[in-house]
Amino acid sequence: MTRHSPQTRTAAETELAEQFAATQVALPALDREASFRLFAARGLPTRRDEAWHYTDLRSLFANAAPLAGAPGAAAIAAAGQALAARAHAGAVTLVILDGRYVPELSDAPPRGVSVVSLAQGERAPGANANVDALVALNSALAQGGCVIALAPGAKPAERIEIVHLMSVGAAKSVHSRVFIDIGAGAHARVVESFLGADAGDQRNVATLLDLADGAKADHTVIVEDAAALHIESQLARLGDKAELSAFGLVAGGTLVRRQIFATLAGQYANLALGGLSLLGGRRHADTTLVVDHAAPHGQSREFYKHIVADEATGIYQGKVVVQPGAQKTDGAMKSQAILLSPHAVMNNKPELEIFADDVICGHGATVGALDPEQTFYLRARGLPKAEAEAMLLEAFGADAIARVADEDLAELLRDKMRAWLAARG
Amino acid sequence: MLEVRNLSVEIHGKPILDGLDLTVRAGEVAAIMGPNGSGKSTLSYVIAGKPDYDVVSGEVLLDGENILELSPDERAAKGLFLAFQYPVEIPGVVTMTFLKATMNAQRRARGLKEMTTPDFIRAERAAADRLNIDQEMLRRPLNVGFSGGEKKRMEILQMALLQPRLAILDETDSGLDIDALRIVADGVNALRDKERAFLVITHYQRLLDHIKPDTVHVMSKGRIVKTGGPELALELELNGYRDYAADAA
Repeated sequence: MTRHSPQTRTAAETELAEQFAATQVALPALDREASFRLFAARGLPTRRDEAWHYTDLRSLFANAAPLAGAPGAAAIAAAGQALAARAHAGAVTLVILDGRYVPELSDAPPRGVSVVSLAQGERAPGANANVDALVALNSALAQGGCVIALAPGAKPAERIEIVHLMSVGAAKSVHSRVFIDIGAGAHARVVESFLGADAGDQRNVATLLDLADGAKADHTVIVEDAAALHIESQLARLGDKAELSAFGLVAGGTLVRRQIFATLAGQYANLALGGLSLLGGRRHADTTLVVDHAAPHGQSREFYKHIVADEATGIYQGKVVVQPGAQKTDGAMKSQAILLSPHAVMNNKPELEIFADDVICGHGATVGALDPEQTFYLRARGLPKAEAEAMLLEAFGADAIARVADEDLAELLRDKMRAWLAARG
Repeated sequence: MLEVRNLSVEIHGKPILDGLDLTVRAGEVAAIMGPNGSGKSTLSYVIAGKPDYDVVSGEVLLDGENILELSPDERAAKGLFLAFQYPVEIPGVVTMTFLKATMNAQRRARGLKEMTTPDFIRAERAAADRLNIDQEMLRRPLNVGFSGGEKKRMEILQMALLQPRLAILDETDSGLDIDALRIVADGVNALRDKERAFLVITHYQRLLDHIKPDTVHVMSKGRIVKTGGPELALELELNGYRDYAADAA
């Protein structure tokens, strides 16, 4: 056995423990001590942990980069310039720089919405920290973040974009936390953009979404920077008749793990998860979902697409659990991948665990190549190979983006996809 | 314009074309007729540059240049067009977007400026109207859910827009009712001129009532076994292909 026993700490685990011991942050919303104990007891996940089977973090995560310090005035000014130069994905921008919410770079929240720094967040400690070792690590090492709250019934017209930015400089790591609490009957539209990470940077971030009864949220994530490690956990709880539609575009990151834990806690809740991964080079992107139907009459849809080129690896694990008593659940899951090279890899693992008897649940997964008949048809009409392939891939990806309801946001996502396709041609 | 010399082609080791010779001159409409399995579609695919085929020997010259080493899009840019027997459905690609992309790709390859959207719309409307193609159809994904007749008309629309120098029509009459056949034939006839050549591949005489060929070739077992004028097509209609199948054996 060359594998470490769980009792032996890896270099990264030792570094994380040292970082924890040296950290003195007061974040009332997080129970740091308990969270770190939980992480330390489990260690970094390995392929023996079923949920991490295809992303063996213990071997892939060799060293923990130093925790990013609080950004100084120069870093904040530089960030302001970087932010001004980009295409905005929302009318209201909230900035988390090196893991800290920065009010001076952020816009005032719209009516009915409050935003406070996590350091001031008056909030009960997150109850879900034990769901996964990396979420626990996030709670233990979080440098900051924010709590966004929508008052009951609030329906701001503006879309809020949370920009997770990393400052220029030496390799560093960020563990920020965002809470989004959506009051009864309120409707939030939120984008989280991850920007500015360089090839040595690491992030392990978490967003907790709480949808009260009748609340609605459209949540979109855009990953397009170059982080060495991008671990992102979304934990969502849906109350009665709550509706969450979440989409993730992964067009960056060397080692990416997006994990979504969604609980349909109330009756008649409606969950729609979707995403598009664009992978080239030797990148690795793992999307893992656990959808928990805990109440009757819930509906969930998962629809993911993956374009995997070169020597990249795509992973999709989707587990839909229907608890005893969650009768009349309606679930459908689909994951489709196109491999563009003989060295590209896709692991597709849809799973159903059904403990109720009156449900409709289905799943499907496909992995294929571009259809040579289609490619030939387009080329016979004069489109060069790269252009013909890009046209077919754009159609494939656009099918996933079509789940994003806001048309201007969908167009922004299509632009990003086209840019990725053009860069690979 | 087109000269095929001693062309032998295999697929997965199985010979399909066997030393085929064929000449089509500028301004000519040449028909190729032959029984099923004689290699007619293979000939059209090999000229258009479909992968999957092994060219064992021979040349395909377009205006004196051997095009067998060129990619399908390079051949298209040189003025070659294949109207497919089975046009391919492309979900998610709007027909209009596709049409504009193909026209501009060919223009770029020829060193011409891209078309403006208004110029494209004008050209597209005029051509679509002549072929009885509704604009609504052009907003749908390419060929997806189109009837057989709609697909064939869409092929002719593409031909009308791309203005090829040599057009190969592979069984364009199959699956068409008589009205659709007439529309398609009118579309082809409108493009006939002394600079342009057509190679019309068909199993039946019927299409040739509407597109009058200058020459008729009979193909059997991978080669041209007889060449004549329009009267040859009528003779085939009366006697069938039996004699020619025997000849080539």
